[in-house]
Amino acid sequence: MLSLARQNEKAYLNTMSLWEYANPQKFMLVSGRALPAITVVAALCLLAGLIWGFFFTPDDYKQGSTVKIIYLHVPAAMMAINAWVMMLVASLIWLVRRHHVSALAARAAGPVGLTFTLIALATGAIWGQPMWGTWWAWDPRLTSFLILTLFYLGYIALWSAIEDPDTAADLTSVLCIVGSVFALLSRYAVNFWNQGLHQGASLSLDKEENVSDVYWFPLLVCIAGFVLLFLALVLLRTRTEIRARRLSALLARERMG
Amino acid sequence: MIALFYRDMRLAVRAGGGFGLGLAFFLLIAVLVPLGVGPEGTTLAKIAPGILWVGALLSCLLSLDRIFALDYEDGSLDLLLTAPMPLEGVVAIKAFAHWTVTGLPLTLAAPVLAILLNLPAEGFFWLVVSLALGTPALSVIGAFGAALTVGLKRGGLLLSLLVLPLYVPTLIFGAEVVKRGATGAETLTPLVLLAGITAGAAAFLPFASAAAIRINLR
Repeated sequence: MLSLARQNEKAYLNTMSLWEYANPQKFMLVSGRALPAITVVAALCLLAGLIWGFFFTPDDYKQGSTVKIIYLHVPAAMMAINAWVMMLVASLIWLVRRHHVSALAARAAGPVGLTFTLIALATGAIWGQPMWGTWWAWDPRLTSFLILTLFYLGYIALWSAIEDPDTAADLTSVLCIVGSVFALLSRYAVNFWNQGLHQGASLSLDKEENVSDVYWFPLLVCIAGFVLLFLALVLLRTRTEIRARRLSALLARERMG
Repeated sequence: MIALFYRDMRLAVRAGGGFGLGLAFFLLIAVLVPLGVGPEGTTLAKIAPGILWVGALLSCLLSLDRIFALDYEDGSLDLLLTAPMPLEGVVAIKAFAHWTVTGLPLTLAAPVLAILLNLPAEGFFWLVVSLALGTPALSVIGAFGAALTVGLKRGGLLLSLLVLPLYVPTLIFGAEVVKRGATGAETLTPLVLLAGITAGAAAFLPFASAAAIRINLR
């Protein structure tokens, strides 16, 4: 068994194709090696970024120290959207190439993305209260995030409602694709519907007016930390799903024999 | 296809509980909201477009699970799957039949309820136009949700959780048309966007719905 695993690893190193991960065994092997490292680096990045951001950056001249919530708010909001994009890609891969790991990864990413969305909404409310004088406003960005939350809820609910795993994977993938189109439509519809309080993008690479470098570098570290945290959580949850699948397969085999 | 349409219409009208129920629900919303908000005409006139559109949306939601569930239970959906007609066409026809028994009556009844909600007279025309253009999208999107949940025993609540977020763009543009129409502002932009959503949903969603039904009947 161990030598087979070694051979598999060699084969993986030789070919270096992305699709090698689609084999659950290889996925488990590689992700098992990578997960501790990713977790440690994510923790280091988050610790360093948050401590740097909270204690070693100056207060903003207008916003005072409340500006520092940016180190949680912006990375969480970015990852909330990126998690949905990752789910969309994984769903497409499942529908086209029928790799089970891909469907399980999409399933694993759902609750993580929902959590990031809720973090972004909560930190936004805490930031908005002193700055705008209100916890909530029907601003386009805020509203589209709330709608994104509903999309996540529906996606997760559909996964848990269907018993047959392949049917569930197929139907949630279809929902994810259709949902992406409608989420995008909602984003523009909401833009049309109301003008907002929220500032525009302040991190674009091609804009004149961006956030100052003093805040930018710790923010970059925090974003890296959130990306790695997302990766670690998704890998961990995917591994759990694969193990749960193996367990139910073993149980089914036992019942048969 | 026409035979299927007539069959669905007959089932909807004669089976009871589907045809009038949505309309009665719509009426109830138009009665309950003033009771909750208060009888001031200016307040009601201000919220009337939104209330009427949300009411139409919820009444539409009420009968969605009937699009496929009954056919799934008695096995006629399996027959339709093996019929010479493509399943996409079946879905489109069934969504159209659903619109004829829910969206169309809602559109026709809306001006009467608009009187109850004190909508300004200029808004009546735009209310009917926006509902006529927007409710087909509600039926098509709803058919997609119904197709996703057709195999589930208690899919009703899940269906509303899946479908309502998909209704957001239609609701926004539909209510915007009425709001602008009632105040005499220019209505073309939201109207065109609303029509665009309906056309796009009617063109593409039957494929997604048919795929979902095939998966569910596997």
